[in-house]
Amino acid sequence: MLTRTICRRNLTLRAPSSTFTRAWGATTRLPIWTVEGSEAGPRARPMHTKPAYQGHIPLNWFENTLLAAGSAIMSLVDPRRGDMIAALGETTAGPSLSRLRDLMLESPEGRMILRERPRVNSETINMDELASYPEGSFGRAYVTWLERCGVTPDTREPVHYIDDPELAYVMQRYRECHDFYHCICNLPVNVESELALKYFEFANLGLPMTAIAALFGPLRLSEKRRSRLFSEYVPWALKCGGTAHSLITVYWERRWEQNVEDIKKELGIWDPPEARWSRPLIEAKALAERRRQASLSRSPSD
Amino acid sequence: MQRLHSNIVRLPRVCRPAIARCNHTQASPQRNTLESEKKTTSFGYKTVPEDMKESLVRNVFDSVASRYDLMNDVTSMGVHRLWKDSFVSSLKPGKKGPLKCIDVAGGTGDIALRILDHAKDNYYDRETTVDVVDINAQMLKEGFKRFKLTMYHNTPQIAFHEANAQDLGSEKFSDNSYDLYTIAFGIRNCTSIPDVLKEAYRVLKPGGTFACLEFSKIENPVLSTLYDTYSFSAIPILGSIFAGDRESYQYLVESIRKFPPQPEFAQMIRDAGFSTGPNVDGGAWADMWGGIASVHKGVKL
Repeated sequence: MLTRTICRRNLTLRAPSSTFTRAWGATTRLPIWTVEGSEAGPRARPMHTKPAYQGHIPLNWFENTLLAAGSAIMSLVDPRRGDMIAALGETTAGPSLSRLRDLMLESPEGRMILRERPRVNSETINMDELASYPEGSFGRAYVTWLERCGVTPDTREPVHYIDDPELAYVMQRYRECHDFYHCICNLPVNVESELALKYFEFANLGLPMTAIAALFGPLRLSEKRRSRLFSEYVPWALKCGGTAHSLITVYWERRWEQNVEDIKKELGIWDPPEARWSRPLIEAKALAERRRQASLSRSPSD
Repeated sequence: MQRLHSNIVRLPRVCRPAIARCNHTQASPQRNTLESEKKTTSFGYKTVPEDMKESLVRNVFDSVASRYDLMNDVTSMGVHRLWKDSFVSSLKPGKKGPLKCIDVAGGTGDIALRILDHAKDNYYDRETTVDVVDINAQMLKEGFKRFKLTMYHNTPQIAFHEANAQDLGSEKFSDNSYDLYTIAFGIRNCTSIPDVLKEAYRVLKPGGTFACLEFSKIENPVLSTLYDTYSFSAIPILGSIFAGDRESYQYLVESIRKFPPQPEFAQMIRDAGFSTGPNVDGGAWADMWGGIASVHKGVKL
């Protein structure tokens, strides 16, 4: 408890509601619009909110509900709208992010993450360096996974709609670690694997967004894939996710050299049923080898 | 300084102007005179150098062009159609013979189409022509596409031109050449409204009408509060949902607030040389829906 009090930072920036006057003197809940300066320039916003971090867009309850509903519909209609899926996650997060942050505070690794706030993107992840790690290490496994799926650790949509900067970081961390979860659970990026991972994340982290995706995502699957999802993957996901350590507390970037099997044993994760990969392992390894040769030939000139 | 998220182009971050506002007194006297010479204007609630506003507005409309009509329907819940119908009906194009009309900032062709339809349906007039002028090529492209679905495509009745409302150019738009000048929901995006009015006066024939449909001030405080809440709460969110672009709609909503109120705008119209009705609602202007939109008219004598 003492540790928790020391580490918790109170970062809410709302002014108390009694300090601003209303047009007709009574305490009503109607926002009074004002133009005030901020780092992003003047904006009309309700008097009691200010942006708490770069990219923060404060929303009142009405706007939050509207955006939650709108983004839910839009995500179903056009699943390629990454910004809408992100918005849905943020507007429906509720108390789940506080719970995750508290979980992080309870573990030494989680506390380190909150203190250092590492980011995962193409700049902070050095693919060539990771490829040089020994076979069986997490770093190597991650690069192999990226190559097998044909994805990069690109920048995910930044968080806009969470008011507390620390909780906004927790949300961002969850979003950026999604690929690590793919890797450690040995799942590719096709639709049924993504849904299996969403069930896993729901059991492990408890974010409402994962539940929404898990409930409505399967509607887009063919009958055969849906039955495979529910008969094989979902039982694995719920059992494994429910019993494993909370993955939000794992400091992945400090475990590159660690053996993957050791990590899985430590966290309590076992492999799902065999999935459908877009590229065979041999091909991915060949690509990795080629890239290693290219970087070696490049480095003398650097 | 543009950020690209997949294929959605965002509004470029405005470089904070290095210009002090007139109430800053810390600058040295030399710097003060230099700064006061650089003119600034409003871009929504931001203050930007005048020469920047045009490109910023162009970026806004490049980004909203493809969904412009959809967003109009969503944000006004379809009411903009009623306003535009009422606007064009009050002008009665074609009643006194074929007209040569110019529709400025008319990109997607809403007003132009209504003018031509009104003349055709009510007065059997197929000689009225409309020149649609817009500073933004993307918006004109959308308008051209829309007109392909009508009977006016490839006829002399409709033409599209890319030009700046503040300086139409005397080669293409000669003096005293048009009977009717319309500008709907466009004038608030222009950098200098007096310049637009001056050009309007120039290209209109004596006896020609200037008509402007624009968002305006609401007198009723209850309606005004509701409208503000809807504008600032709902519209940017609808923009981010349907068009993936919150900032452009934030700009659009703020630019409405920065537009001069009805009496002031009516005076600006008179200053440009037009004759208007008396300076009251129903005279120089006619409010719609309590002042959410307003039609200003003037005649060149």
